[in-house]
Amino acid sequence: MGKTILDLTDVTVRFAGDSGDGMQLTGSQFTNTTALVGNDLSTLPDYPAEIRAPAGTTYGVSGFQLKFSSSDVHTPGDSPDVLVAMNPAALKINLSDLKPNAMIIVNINAFDTRNLKLANYDSNPLEDGSLQGFTVVQVPLSQQTSKALEGIGLTNKEISRSKNFFALGMMYWLYSRPIEPTIEWIKSKFKDSALLAEANEKALMAGYYFGENTELFTTRYQVYPAKLPKGTYRNVSGNEAIALGFITASVKSGLPLFLGSYPITPASDILHELSRHKNFGVRTFQAEDEISAITACLGAAFSGALAITTTSGPGVALKSEAMGLGVMTELPIVIIDIQRGGPSTGLPTKTEQSDLLQAMYGRNGEAPVVVLAASTPADCFYMAYEASRIATKYMVPVMLLSDGYIANGSEPWKIPEPDSIPEIEVKFQTTKEGFQPYNRNENLVRPWAIPGTPGLEHRIGGLEKSNITGNVNYDPLNHEFMVQLRAQKVDNIKHDIPLLEVLGDEDADIAIVGWGGTCGAITEAVRRLRVKGNKVAQIHFKYLNPFPSNTKEVLGRFKKILCPELNMGQLSKILRSQFDVDLVEYNKIQGLPFKSSEIELKFESMTGGNGNGR
Amino acid sequence: MADETINTEVKYSAKDFSSSQDVRWCPGCGDYSILAQMQRVSPDLGIKKENFVWISGIGCSSRFPYYMDTYGFHGIHGRAPAIATGVKVNRPDLSVWVATGDGDLLSIGGNHFIHACRRNVGIKIMLFNNRIYGLTKGQYSPTSEKGKKTKSTPFGSVDFPFNPVSLAIGAGATLIARTFDRDPKHMQAMMKRAADHNGTAFIEIFQNCNIFNDGAFELYTEKESRPENVVVLEHDKPLLFGKNNEFGIKLEGFTPTVINITENGNSVNDVWVHNEFEKTNSRANILSQFTEMEGLPVPIGVFRQETKTTYEEDFQNQINGVKKSRGEGDLRKLLFTGNVWEVNGNGS
Repeated sequence: MGKTILDLTDVTVRFAGDSGDGMQLTGSQFTNTTALVGNDLSTLPDYPAEIRAPAGTTYGVSGFQLKFSSSDVHTPGDSPDVLVAMNPAALKINLSDLKPNAMIIVNINAFDTRNLKLANYDSNPLEDGSLQGFTVVQVPLSQQTSKALEGIGLTNKEISRSKNFFALGMMYWLYSRPIEPTIEWIKSKFKDSALLAEANEKALMAGYYFGENTELFTTRYQVYPAKLPKGTYRNVSGNEAIALGFITASVKSGLPLFLGSYPITPASDILHELSRHKNFGVRTFQAEDEISAITACLGAAFSGALAITTTSGPGVALKSEAMGLGVMTELPIVIIDIQRGGPSTGLPTKTEQSDLLQAMYGRNGEAPVVVLAASTPADCFYMAYEASRIATKYMVPVMLLSDGYIANGSEPWKIPEPDSIPEIEVKFQTTKEGFQPYNRNENLVRPWAIPGTPGLEHRIGGLEKSNITGNVNYDPLNHEFMVQLRAQKVDNIKHDIPLLEVLGDEDADIAIVGWGGTCGAITEAVRRLRVKGNKVAQIHFKYLNPFPSNTKEVLGRFKKILCPELNMGQLSKILRSQFDVDLVEYNKIQGLPFKSSEIELKFESMTGGNGNGR
Repeated sequence: MADETINTEVKYSAKDFSSSQDVRWCPGCGDYSILAQMQRVSPDLGIKKENFVWISGIGCSSRFPYYMDTYGFHGIHGRAPAIATGVKVNRPDLSVWVATGDGDLLSIGGNHFIHACRRNVGIKIMLFNNRIYGLTKGQYSPTSEKGKKTKSTPFGSVDFPFNPVSLAIGAGATLIARTFDRDPKHMQAMMKRAADHNGTAFIEIFQNCNIFNDGAFELYTEKESRPENVVVLEHDKPLLFGKNNEFGIKLEGFTPTVINITENGNSVNDVWVHNEFEKTNSRANILSQFTEMEGLPVPIGVFRQETKTTYEEDFQNQINGVKKSRGEGDLRKLLFTGNVWEVNGNGS
């Protein structure tokens, strides 16, 4: 048909529809294909806590946003360039996020009286002029899908379920993506139902050809591959990467991996992923509750496993007593907290960073644990490995923080060669000579003597210990000594972690300081601010207890620190109390990640927008 | 012997199982007897000393691991079965024992207890049941009789108690037994049965707390009253009791009644013959409820034993099966899997 092909550097697409419309599937297929094409990308799945909220309602809208680009991508994009809205509710919910002039592709067949009413529209937005300024493309998506699948032998309801593949095919055409990877995926996914496979493939193709043949689109777009470093890549979500990181740590340490876990959103995918890899000897124990999950993990650690437990904030609350037991018995365990909106059940499917204080202090008594935070989906792999290394080397519980945004979001990951990853050296105590259960090495670390080793029979437990012998001891001075010793042991780890780095302008007056999953949004904001001529530095914490040893010095280099967090200022509180720094808090508590533009604006408001950041 | 390593070389004595720690129970506590019997039987179990692991929760009973010279883990309240599950799943070769009390196991730890039984984890749970909270100084427990007056129930408790044996049967434990602190020989026999059992072994030990609930089991333990109030369960033997074994238990439908086998034309042939290995747990359940039925003696001994695969066996077999069908995990293959693509470095 000879349509124009326009080159773009980056595009942000959002798919939105009913929670039963398959938007997550559509989004992840688009993501996988886009990754294969070689674009850099970042994704943001956003779905309601209900499995199938009533169709057509605003609270049942499920969305999947994806930014892809021919250059570096740090976030899933601030505002979509394109919205695919499967019904009026999806349009209503997402409209305010769109870029001016954005393209809105709607399923015109879903804009009937009933659906408009369900979405609380008084008049049809497609007809009342309220979408002025946007490019609205009205596609008879349901009707076209039905047409394509006429006579195939499926019920109308089943046919209707394929319309997401029609939408996907159309978007593949629009952005010049190959269609083959999804066809292959359909064939393997629906290998037990030839009819469904045929229907979905037909719907996909019909969508693709619809783009080609309809007069609705005059232009199609192309985004060239990104200039990524040489290597082999795959697309990973944070939860997938964490699972792979722990399996790697298990292989590299020679310890069996034991996971004690109780299902909880958004952490369950780690349990699912690890359960698939039993040929690595992975022991996944789906416990009866969160407490059983972590205490079984303590039992496994006592008996010589690399023991981990995965959960989210409410689960951490239940595990806190057992974490204290881990501190007292000085056993290596890793607690993974995929943070979500709180308090209580809060916003189970939405992201937040509000468990930092819980991770640092949320236990009875003086109970220091190591706290780490992953910064991106791919970084989850390395932080899982790092958490395992520190836990086993220092015989200490380690908390690894991630969040719903990193856990479900994905990005291209340059796969490391396994040989390039260092071994984790673990030495069990095997000899009787000089053995005492709470004897310590130069790092104040007690020996790991596991049951089954002759001559090393000993008892551990939650009651206060005598140093060296490990016998129960209630002596006041011993208690004070042991509290300090456990704190010192954790503090010493600062000599075994990377120094804090300053990115961007080292000589800037203002540094933007972040931790965990806000890394991408801050990086992008800093990039844009510098393009505009501002001087600005970025500091990102992945080690939160202990902090890197140069933290005070690095923070001290800047006149002002801007600290954006998805909470009420938890890192800010800690930095103020430990390093006495002047901080400007920027707190967002909406269950949503930062847009980089928000951070950009905040920075500009601090500098009076004079462009030099001074 | 289950899967624990059998020891054929070293010969231990009870002393080898006694740790250097001072035992700090109240003088006269029934726990002393349990500790002594365990130390006495341990050398004869054919298990290497280093393969014993004692795990506990919180309470007087839970100090037990400190006094055994084996591996031990004094955990947190109620969680011993979960800690033990972690040990046993990771190391099926170890002999894993849980020392627990009625508050620890049945109140705060109720959930872990039933799930350990359900899964048939190969752990041995010794319930020190004294029907009172000892370490927190005298509140009623989940096994205290209704109406019990304690510090927290000055007007009498309004809770119905748990029947631990019924609970264990219902939850699927595969060896269920009961014994007394005051019957060392019998207790030792039960401990041996637990040691030999492959699967969840549950032993309720009636144990006297002489400080807060003294004499709770006197009726069953005193020479005078014991014969008429206790029936000893033995496999393939009729349920007889009384000073001269003159009483027997007859089962009419689901109702047990006491008969005198020397009167009214009754004979020993009318008496219920105990079968530990019965296919269903119905009769074991009836036995467990004797404590709640007027006029019936309290049974001690093995209520039921069942052969089922253990959790740790199935757990490990599944791993072995996946390894066999897919081959041992290959890290490179795992990481480089799925939709993988190459970037040659110049972005094209």
